[in-house]
Amino acid sequence: MGLLSSSVSITRYRVEGQIEKPVAEAVAKGLKKNRIVEIDQDISEKSIGWTSIDKPFFADFEGSSFAFGNLFVFSLRVDRKSIPAKMLKKYLTIETSKRLEKTRRSFLSKDEKKALKEKVTTDLAKRIPSTPNVYDLIWNYESRDVYFFSSLRSSNEELESLFKRSFDLSLIRVFPFTAAHLLSDLSDRERDVLINLSTTHFSD
Amino acid sequence: MLDLAVAYNRYRFIGDEFLTWLWFVIENEQSALKSADPDCTALEIGSRIVLENRKKKSLERITIRGDDAGLEEGRLALKKGALLTELSLVFKTGESQWQFSIKGESLNLSNFRVPGPAFPTSPEEMEGVILSKYENYNKISVFIENIFKNFLRLRVSSKWSTKVVPGIKKWVQATDV
Repeated sequence: MGLLSSSVSITRYRVEGQIEKPVAEAVAKGLKKNRIVEIDQDISEKSIGWTSIDKPFFADFEGSSFAFGNLFVFSLRVDRKSIPAKMLKKYLTIETSKRLEKTRRSFLSKDEKKALKEKVTTDLAKRIPSTPNVYDLIWNYESRDVYFFSSLRSSNEELESLFKRSFDLSLIRVFPFTAAHLLSDLSDRERDVLINLSTTHFSD
Repeated sequence: MLDLAVAYNRYRFIGDEFLTWLWFVIENEQSALKSADPDCTALEIGSRIVLENRKKKSLERITIRGDDAGLEEGRLALKKGALLTELSLVFKTGESQWQFSIKGESLNLSNFRVPGPAFPTSPEEMEGVILSKYENYNKISVFIENIFKNFLRLRVSSKWSTKVVPGIKKWVQATDV
């Protein structure tokens, strides 16, 4: 779901740490170094990387801007290949039959079956195109806020990991406990009270 | 700080209490919302609320949806010990409105619709539309942050048990169902 969609979901993060200066250059370097790598002609089943918001399927960032005012805006792209179980079964059956005929045997050992399955999976992965999922994000460098346009757990985990790898900065997800510590102005005494809170019952 | 995964589950009730308190504020103290955003002319319950009752042996979840949905059932669930876990809201200023749902456990915003231009019609408009969208998302994010801060200050003060909780209990008990 993109930030330009008519209806969006947002997970909010706080950026922890200092990025090297000049910031825009450091961000550009992190984005280009970790841009998405196409896997359609490859045996890989999954690829994760950055892409631009306006040309998400041409991830070279050439001619695309990622800086808008004091915001950095770009996208996380996750490409996955999913081999349907029935397709795998079909080609595994065919290859097993060919192997048995060639070796004039009536069965394959456990190791042979495993190796054949890996070979068939790899061959199919080369032939099947990946399915891309694109998730936009807005990073306000000055306020240290990141708005990530997905609430899916898997995409949030991919984001946290890739962000750290790209910019050497940690993303702290904002939820009630972290909001209380990162965003509020509670005193140390109030924070101690908070730590020991338990659920209120509004019914008798 | 605690391990974040542990803290997420240990303190999820704070978010649920926040939403329950917010419902009470919306119905009884709209003027208090001005301190979170002076532009706010109204904050209304939207088309969906979700409550969960964890006092029972098994988790009981109540979902109320629909534009004309009565909230009596929700108040009845509160009376039985449930807390709000998700709340759909409409934030209004003089001329515009923002619609969104907020989850108590994560404070994530979903079904978020903002005023202003939807899509750029040319590459030159891209920056303007992105900045406008950001301003609109940020307005609600800051509003929620401010109202949550107000809630937290109350929650860790003695006022919570002496004034706020009795007030909410009275409101819940006054529910005519």
